[in-house]
This record gives sequence, C-alpha cells and structure tokens, in this order.
Amino acid sequence: MTIAVIQFGGSNCDRDAVRALAHLGIDAERVWHEDGLPEEVSGIMLPGGFSYGDYLRAGAMAARSPIMNEVREAADDGVPLLGVCNGAQVGCESGLTDGVFTTNESARFQCEHVFLRVENAETPWTRAYDEGDVIEIPIAHGEGRFEITDEKYDALVDDDRVLFRYCDAEGNVTDDANPNGSTGNVAGILGARETVAVLMPHPERATLPDVGGTDGQGILRGFTSIE
Amino acid sequence: MSLPDTDYDLIRDELGRDPTPAEGELFENLWSEHCAYRSSRPLLSAFDSESDDVVIGPGDDAAVVAVPLYEGDDETYITFGIESHNHPSYVDPFDGAATGVGGIVRDTLSMGAYPIALADSLYFGDFDREHSRYLFEGVVEGISHYGNCIGVPTVAGSVDFHEGYVGNPLVNVACVGLTTPDRLVTAEAQAAGNKLVLVGNATGRDGLGGASFASEDLAEDAETEDRPAVQVGDPYTEKLLIEANEDLVDEGLVLSARDLGAAGLGGASSELVAKGGFGAEIDLDRVHQREPNMSALEILLAESQERMCYEVAPEDVERVADIAEKYDLGCSVIGDVADGNYVCTFDGDVVVDVPPEFLADGAPMNDLDAVASEPQERDLPEADLTEAFEAVVGSPTTASKRWVYRQYDHEVGIRTSVGPGDDAAIIALREAGAGLALSSGANPNWTSANPYEGARAVALENATNLAAKGATPLAAVDCLNGGNPEKPAVYGGFKGIVDGLADMCRTLSTPVVGGNVSLYNDSVSGPIPPTPTLAMVGSKAGYDAPPAAFSGEGTLLLVGEAGGALGGSEYLAKTGGTDRFPTLPANPAGLVAALAAVADDESTLATHDVSHGGLAVSLAEMVTETAGADVELADEIALFDETPGRVVVETTNPEAVREAFDGVAPVTEIGAATTDGTLSLSVSDEELVYDAASIAELRDVIERELE
Repeated sequence: MTIAVIQFGGSNCDRDAVRALAHLGIDAERVWHEDGLPEEVSGIMLPGGFSYGDYLRAGAMAARSPIMNEVREAADDGVPLLGVCNGAQVGCESGLTDGVFTTNESARFQCEHVFLRVENAETPWTRAYDEGDVIEIPIAHGEGRFEITDEKYDALVDDDRVLFRYCDAEGNVTDDANPNGSTGNVAGILGARETVAVLMPHPERATLPDVGGTDGQGILRGFTSIE
Repeated sequence: MSLPDTDYDLIRDELGRDPTPAEGELFENLWSEHCAYRSSRPLLSAFDSESDDVVIGPGDDAAVVAVPLYEGDDETYITFGIESHNHPSYVDPFDGAATGVGGIVRDTLSMGAYPIALADSLYFGDFDREHSRYLFEGVVEGISHYGNCIGVPTVAGSVDFHEGYVGNPLVNVACVGLTTPDRLVTAEAQAAGNKLVLVGNATGRDGLGGASFASEDLAEDAETEDRPAVQVGDPYTEKLLIEANEDLVDEGLVLSARDLGAAGLGGASSELVAKGGFGAEIDLDRVHQREPNMSALEILLAESQERMCYEVAPEDVERVADIAEKYDLGCSVIGDVADGNYVCTFDGDVVVDVPPEFLADGAPMNDLDAVASEPQERDLPEADLTEAFEAVVGSPTTASKRWVYRQYDHEVGIRTSVGPGDDAAIIALREAGAGLALSSGANPNWTSANPYEGARAVALENATNLAAKGATPLAAVDCLNGGNPEKPAVYGGFKGIVDGLADMCRTLSTPVVGGNVSLYNDSVSGPIPPTPTLAMVGSKAGYDAPPAAFSGEGTLLLVGEAGGALGGSEYLAKTGGTDRFPTLPANPAGLVAALAAVADDESTLATHDVSHGGLAVSLAEMVTETAGADVELADEIALFDETPGRVVVETTNPEAVREAFDGVAPVTEIGAATTDGTLSLSVSDEELVYDAASIAELRDVIERELE
C-alpha cells in the first residue's frame, strides 16, 4: 500500500510528510500534481506549504487543479485523505470539508508549539488517543483561523466531526489558548465521511523522536487504521 | 554614479577603443565596490580559509565543507554562504529583505545543494524611533514571507538596535545547504561548446544598477529616488526553482552554475566563464523577457530575481527545457561557452566584446588611508543597580526576540532539534549522524568601543554559542559591514574588524570559508558602526543539547574568565560612561573544547552563554515559572561584564566541570538553582529579586510595543 503525498507547485512539507510516514513504516511517495493520482493508492495526503504561492487565497488555486477531481473521487470511494496546513486549506477550498481557514487574528505568520484537545477519539485519525487527551503539536501558518457559518458549525459539533480544539496544557479550551482566533478553537475537522480529515497543526513535525516530540504519530497512523 | 575616469582610461587602454554603452555599464557594475571588493580585498588576505574539512573555500557562490561523520560512511557536505541586503532594505524593507533571502538561497542551489537552514542578523536604529520600527517590521515580514514560502527554516540569527543604524539598517542573511560529493556543482565553466541556459523568471526592468547602488552612500532621498534599483521577489518562483534545480542536479545535467544576483545576467555569465578560463558568445535577444522593447543594457544588467545560469552539454539542453517546463519556469538557451572574449550580440550587433578575465578580475584595488580609533578609558557612571538591571534586561537589544522568530517557520524540513531563542540552533543531519549547530551575530556596541577587540569577541561569542550546546566549530562565513571607506576613520574601524575576526578565528582553528563585504553603509546620519556579522557552524554527535533554562536542581558555575571591564557593554549604553574593552581569555581554543565536552556530560542540566547584557541577562533568560536561582556576585562589573567565552553551567557534578577546565580557564561557583521560579541576586551589599513574571514583563518589550 502506498500513500500519495500530492506535490503542488509551492508545496513544501511533502518531503517531511514522506519522511514522517516512512518512520512509522507507512509507505508513501511524492506525486507531482500534473502526473495524476497513481492507481491503487491506499491513501492521499495534501501536505503543507504555499501551493501557487498562496496567490488569490491560500489553497484556492490548488483546489481547482485537475488532480483534485481525482482526489475527490478517490475520497468519495473511501480512500483515506488527510490535509495538513496548506493541505487543509486546499481541502476546504475544494469542498472536501466545511468552512475555510483564513488570515490569523494577529495578521501575522505564527510558528509555535500549541496544545490540542482530542474531541472525538472514535475516528481513524484519533484512535490512538483518548477523548480529552492533550497533545502538543506545532503550527506554522499565516492563514489558520477557522471560519464557518453558525449553521454548519452546529452541524459539525452535532455530528461529532470536530477532531481537535486548541487548548492550554491542562486541556482547557480558552481564548488565550486559541493561537489564531479560530471559531470554537477548532484546529481540525472531519469531512462528510470519517476517512477525510483536515487540520492546521503539523503532525509530521511531531513524529520523529529526534525533533519536536512524537504526539503527532497517532494522527498519521490514521492511514493504517482504516479498514 | 558612473565609471570613474581612471577606470574608463584603463578600460580604453585594454580594449584599444572606447567602451560601448553596454560595456561601460557592465564595467561600472562589475567593478563596483559591491562586486569587486576594491577597498576590502587588500585586507581580506588576513583570513585563513583552509582546514581538512574545507572542500571549496571563498570565491564560488557558496563554500563547501565536509561534515565529520558520526554515523555511517556516506560523505555529507554542507554549503555555507552569507549575503547582505542593506541598502535595498532601507529603501523598501519588505522586498529588500525578501530578495536578500532569495539571493543567498540561489547561491546554495548553484552548488548543487538543497537549502536546509537560514540565519538572519539584523541591525536597526534605536527601537524608540518610529522609522526604526517601520524598517524592523518590514524586514522581518519580508524574511518571513519569502523564507516561509520557499520552505527553508529560519533557525538562528540576531537583532540589534543601535543609533548608528538610524540612516542605514543592515540585513545579513546566511544559508546552509546540504549536498554530497557526487552532486557537487561549481561556478567554473567546463568546456567551450557547452550551452549557457537561463532558467527561471523572465527578465524585466527591475533592479537596474543594483550593484552600483549598493556601492555608494545612501542619499537623503534614497527612499524615493532609488526604489527602481530594488528588486521585487517572488518566493513561489524561487520554490519552483529549488525543485527544478534538484531535478537537474539529480539527473546530472548541470556542468556548472551561477545564480543571477548583483549585475544580473552580465555578472553571472561573465564570472562563470571567466572562472573556467573561457569566454562566451551570448545572444541577448534569446533571453526570455517580461517587458517589451528592453535594451541590451537592460537585459544584461537587470537584477530580476529567481534566475539561474547553467552550463549544459548540447545534448542535454532539451531535457533541461523539459524540467523547466514541468515547473512552469522560463528557459532560454542564450549562447555558448566559447574560447576567446566575452561577447554579447543584440539585434545583430555586437554590443559587448571584452576579455572575460579583465572584466571579472581587472578592477583596480583601492589603497585607502586607515586611522585607528583611540581605545576608551574607564569613566564609570554612578548608576542605581535596580534601574540599571531593568534597563539592561528590558533593552530591546537584549530582550526576547520571540516576536521575530515566531514569524519565521523554523521547523519546516523536520530537522530542527534546537530552534531559535537558544545560544545556537541545532539541525539534525541524519545523513551523518551529526547535529549541525548554527549561530550568527555581531555586537555593534563592542565593535564601536573597540573594532579589533570587539570583532575578536564576536568570533569567540559565536564559537561559545556552539560549544555551550556541545558542538565543535567547523567553519565560519563573515559579512563585513562598514561605512564609507574613503573616510580614514571608517576604514580604520573596518580594518580593525577584519583583523579581529581573522585573528580570533585563526586562534580557534575555525576556517573562514566565505563572506561578503558591504561598504558605503553611510548616510546623512553618518557611518554605521563597523559590523562584523559572523555565522558559524559546528558539529556534534547526535542532535540533543542541554537546555538554556534552569532545571532547578543543580549548582551554578560560571566557567571562563571575566575581563573585568564594561567597555562596549549594554550597561554603559544605558547608563552612560566609558570603560576599556574587557580583556579576552588567553586560551579561547582550549576553553571552547572543554566547554563542548562539559555541555554533553550527563551531569550538565543547563548551559547558557554570557554575552549581550552580561550575567544579568543570561541569568534572567534561564529563569522559568518553576526554576530560578540564588546568585551572589562581587559588584556591578561582575553582573554586567560582557566578556565572551563564558557560560553559566547548571550541574550536579561541579567537581567534574572543574576538572574539565583545569589549566584551561577558571570555574567560579556563583550560586545554586532553585525551584521557586525567582532570580535572587546579591550584588555586593544590594539585593535584587525578580520572579519569572516580572522578568518576562521586562523581556517582552518588543512584543508588547509592536502588538
């Protein structure tokens, strides 16, 4: 089985994703977007970076590139898909997940470690954790503020599709612990099916034991915990 | 600015005719101070640039150094370079700083390397001035925008505020790349008949005459008048260029390469062929252009960003074009490497026809007068200890730079095991099992007080930063910034920093493998302080390092010799008065070696070097919510002395530290760490007590003022 890590022009966490997945024994390869999705992929990762230089809006141009038609079809067929950071922006822009990620409340780029509270531990991406667990994962984004209509937000919560919320070290979801002004401190969500997930924090940066901790491993292992 | 008459005569004698307008401009730019180092080259022989590890020293786009292998047997090379983008950053801070990053990254690409780390050393006028803040915010945002987008982590650096930079800030950017012996490429053309291929952005009328703009004082109206000389960068294209370069190098298609920087295509192509002992035949009409009706001169000299010049075998040209096409990059085959002259044609006419080595290396050197400054004498102020402590710890220069590095992606690449905010960053080179430590900075207070001793101190401080994290210095690159060298006092100061850096690096057996010189950092506000930014790399086994924060459990030792003086200190900058520059340790090499060993001992709980602001700042920085210290010092000189080569070590085994430093440097017990999160200082008969929150309040001045 192979995970396709889609490389758009301007992606810059594609190599990191492959390296982190390899560390977990998960076979992955970078796929140049113009080459199309290989047959027989067992998962798809949309990595972080600045696809198309974030021109227009973060993720907007990549979301409309031809490979995304194949990606959406595969995701609809149940192929697991994880969008991280710019990949999360692409996921939202392409309609795979609800809401948008837009300019941070600070209006600045922020690279720092944050705490996340696991909201739903019954999904492939969170099965390694317990509900209420607090994990430490880095963020690195200028456009990570999650915005969504009230109606859709209520639906997300009702359907238990919020994966993570920003919190403090003790797990309290507070304004102070919200790094970018995201609605409801939301850091990551599921799409219409539980096999599709997007999040702004970088699990691949919290996977290798020699840098940045290992709290993100459970998220990447989601690729292997789907039947 | 135009070509000096003496240069013009020299060129006319060599060519046997008047130079064409295009030739005149080409010479003006390539023979400028910025490109030809006319005033500095006579001094630069002071540097030692060789060691067993150095593969390629100064003179190429970047230096190449072999990394000691701690694991495995695959030889690993790093590239290392540094560049200034000072004048552009004054005129247009965002674009000026951004394109500074772009330039040094392309210097990495042209060696066949992948960029893995950046360090920025920035210098601005007083933080209280609105204009300084405007420049500071713009420069940081420009670096953040460009560096983050291209996916190269900014892991280290420095920010200093000093009144000497009011009219002329400094932006010095260093880049480390990673390569292997079989991927290594140089900027030396290989054979006549090979094709010259230009890959990247289309050429427009931006950055015209940037090299000569960088080689004169900043005029009062520079912000409006010189804007056309500043390039505008596109990091998205740079990222595509990084990927294309990887593919080209992977497939072995690049015979030699040079990035297009100062003096544009004319600079890059002529230097590339001249270095190989060749000429070139270039058809300027074939350059892919962004604007209509460009003249030969504009095509030759525009400093449009994100462009590379490659030497490619004729049979590989098509494949290179395919790779450029994959990444939506422009590509034009502009001519051939040739025997004979460097020749450019345009619209059927020969517009340049000059001997390449004359163009590249023929600039006459300046013989300038140098006057050394008088050393300062002791005239210490009567200052209140509490006020002085708060002024020094709360000074923007010594304060927390979190506001800066939070805007830089410092973790992309998943190699950053120690990030910014510590003495040195550590990058995991898993290829060699090596932790690569990186430190960058200078101290304008030191080099203002005493250029020579101050520069020696800068070199020792960078080495101490590495050693405090357990690394042994491997190589350094320097960015030598000065004012108008035609002023004897400025040139004297500049000579002082060159000799000082060179001498200390030699003492430390650390080769200076490359660098950059930026003169004419002078404006109506006067010359900048002589500023010798040094970026140094070191290596160690593994990627771990002791933290800079107290654990709360150990004894506190100060290792290293205090110089017993306050000249060039932040304390005097805040309180007034003068003093001689502190005496530097007698055996810095032994000290650095002993320190690197002690840092990695399992009984070592924390290490932090003493520099800007002295022990006052070092100790304050080590305090956390849960760990503090009780420290006793003799007097305020001991508290604020900035002598480098000293480190606070928190250890459970003081005896082992004393043994390691036996015969090398003194070890003084200054107190003990505590678990109350409070710094309690007893200085002569006075007491200072600060908890973590009040220290944070002092240290967060930049964030508080700018948010």
